Amino acid sequence: MIHFLASIAMTAAVALGGPGHGYHVGDKAEDFKLKNVDGKMVSLSEIPKAKGYIVVFTCNTCPYAIAYEQRIIDLHNKYASKGYSVVAINPNDKEVKPDDSYENMQKLAKSKNYPFVYLYDETQEVAQRFGATRTPHVYLLDADKTVRYIGAIDDNSEDADAVKDKYLENAIDALSAGKTIATTETKAIGCTIKWKKTN
Amino acid sequence: MIQTDQLTYWKNNTSDTVYVLNFWATWCGPCVAELPEFEKLNENYKDKNVQVVLISTDFKRNLENEVKSFVEEKKLKSRVVFLNEPRANDYINLVNPDWSGAIPATLIIANNKGYQRFFEKKLSYEELEAAVKAAL
Repeated sequence: MIHFLASIAMTAAVALGGPGHGYHVGDKAEDFKLKNVDGKMVSLSEIPKAKGYIVVFTCNTCPYAIAYEQRIIDLHNKYASKGYSVVAINPNDKEVKPDDSYENMQKLAKSKNYPFVYLYDETQEVAQRFGATRTPHVYLLDADKTVRYIGAIDDNSEDADAVKDKYLENAIDALSAGKTIATTETKAIGCTIKWKKTN
Repeated sequence: MIQTDQLTYWKNNTSDTVYVLNFWATWCGPCVAELPEFEKLNENYKDKNVQVVLISTDFKRNLENEVKSFVEEKKLKSRVVFLNEPRANDYINLVNPDWSGAIPATLIIANNKGYQRFFEKKLSYEELEAAVKAAL
C-alpha cells in the first residue's frame, strides 16, 4: 500500500519535471556544444584521444560544489593524460542565482586556474537531457559516450581527508581496466539546480 | 544530533504521530524560504499529534557558528536536529529511493495509516498542509 501511494507521489514529481528523467547507466549520451569560459564552443567529440568523459554538473556558489572544487581539479590532473577529461558544466539560471553567471564562471576559472573546460549550459537543455538534479552531479561516459556511472564523487562532501569510498575514481579505474564497475550509481546531498522559472 | 538509525526509526515508526521530516541547510535559499511554512504547520498542528522535525544537513564544522546561531536568530520553534552522517549515500535511499539528494526535501510519515509522501522541492503552505491532512 505504501509503495502504491509512494509511486503515485513519484509520478506526480516526474510529471512536473522532477527527478526520474534523464540518462540511466547504459544509455548513450547525445553530444552537445556549449560555451567554455574562454569564449570557445566545446563539444565532447572535439576532445582528442578521449577514452571517456567525466561530465560534472557544478556551479560557482553551492557549498557542496565549492567543497569538491579541489577534488575536481585533482581528478582532471590525474586522469586527463589517461584519456579521461573533466567536462564541468554550470546549468544554473543566473536570474535565479546571479552569482552563477557566465562572467563569474570566468572569474572563478581564472582565479583557481581550472585545468578543465567549464561550460555554460545557458538554455539548461543539456542538464535536462542528462537528468541532472543537483550540484555537483557526475556522469562518467565511456569512449562511445555511453553512461557508465552516475552520482557522487566520493562518500564525504565535507572532508576530503575522511573519504573512505572514492566512488568516481573506482569507476574510472574499472572502466579503464576493462573491468565491471562495482557501484554504478550513488547519491549525495547537493544544491538543487536553479531552473529557469519557465522550465 | 542524529544519525541514520534515527531516520530508520522514523521511517518505520507505527505510532499515531505524523512525522514531517524536512531536510534543509542554512545556506540553501529555497530551504530557508520555506521554513516559515513548517513553523506555521508546527504551530497549527502540534496538538493534532503532528511532529515537525527540521533536519539540518549543514557541514559539521558549521554546527556551532552557522546552524545554532541561525536557529536562535530565527527563533525556530519546531524541533531542529543536526544530521551527523557524512556518508549521504547510506541514508538518501532510505529516506526515499527516488530522492536524488537535492534539498529541500520533505518526507511525511504516517505508517499507521499506510501513508508516506515525499517531496523533492520547496513547498507552499497549501501543499504542505494538504499532504499532512491526508495523513491524519
